[in-house]
Amino acid sequence: MNRRKLLAIRILTAAAAAGMIAYGIFRGELSLVLNKAINVCFECIGLG
Amino acid sequence: MKTGFSVKRKIIQFIAFVLSNPFVGNFRTGRLYKGPWKYFCNPGINCYSCPAAGLSCPIGSLQAVNGSIDFRWSFYVVGTICAFGILLGRAVCGFLCPFGLIQELIYKIPFPKRKLPRWARYIKYAMLFIVVLTLPVIITNAAGMGDPFFCKYICPAGTIEGGLALLLVRPELRPMVGSRFALKIAIAVLTVIGCLTVARFFCKVLCPLGAFYGFFNKVSLVRLSTDESACTSCGACAKICPMDVDPSKDPNSMECIRCGKCVSACGAKAIRFGKQ
Repeated sequence: MNRRKLLAIRILTAAAAAGMIAYGIFRGELSLVLNKAINVCFECIGLG
Repeated sequence: MKTGFSVKRKIIQFIAFVLSNPFVGNFRTGRLYKGPWKYFCNPGINCYSCPAAGLSCPIGSLQAVNGSIDFRWSFYVVGTICAFGILLGRAVCGFLCPFGLIQELIYKIPFPKRKLPRWARYIKYAMLFIVVLTLPVIITNAAGMGDPFFCKYICPAGTIEGGLALLLVRPELRPMVGSRFALKIAIAVLTVIGCLTVARFFCKVLCPLGAFYGFFNKVSLVRLSTDESACTSCGACAKICPMDVDPSKDPNSMECIRCGKCVSACGAKAIRFGKQ
């Protein structure tokens, strides 16, 4: 893979990642993540 | 030089482990850290139900959002994994993953060592695409919520870091132990035996996060490269590789965790590791 193509893939992926993070925050995914992480997830650890 | 790199990597692994699990005092009460750091995902596998955990597990968070009533895809978590992936690829596994460090320490225990058949590495892709990304979306309850199938039925990190730790310090949880916990304990025991026998057993066979990061290995900023003119084809790099990769032929294999052992082993200095 030549360097220009590699650079383009990196920039596009980084931009897509930043966009996805921003959109996820905008539509309220953060509260779901936090809520799951601050309470013991009994099903995650095999209990309940 | 040889010792220098492996010692530096181990120091980074220990620092990452401590930063991932800074709330050790919570083991006294079995309570979880509830602060704002849990908005953020750990780059590696680390159960957020572990009392010491300071960040969210990306695989647990991904399933929590994908299996929620409101959403079927987590842009936030996938974006976070892509960001770590494009920067580091599977160097996350080699340097930052707390469960990776645990596996390496278990592998140091004297025990007969073996290699896995090649097909076993494909199981982790089934874990990613079927168990993590598909099942929580298509198998839902009456309210439209899906279970975190990987955490619920498989993840040995959750069983060891979360389940066993909480059962030890919170006796009131012990009546909740049932057949599913028995299944998870069996998988955790098999994983520990696997890690005694095979280097990075969980990473090779089961880890959906490692499978995800593997897709970035060919394009990530941190990579390996081989100078074919300098390579003497002695095979030392392939022999020492814990992930059963031949770096002289495929330095950016999806399996490579960037541990750098091949760089140290190469007498011809034909393999380079770093930002490229």
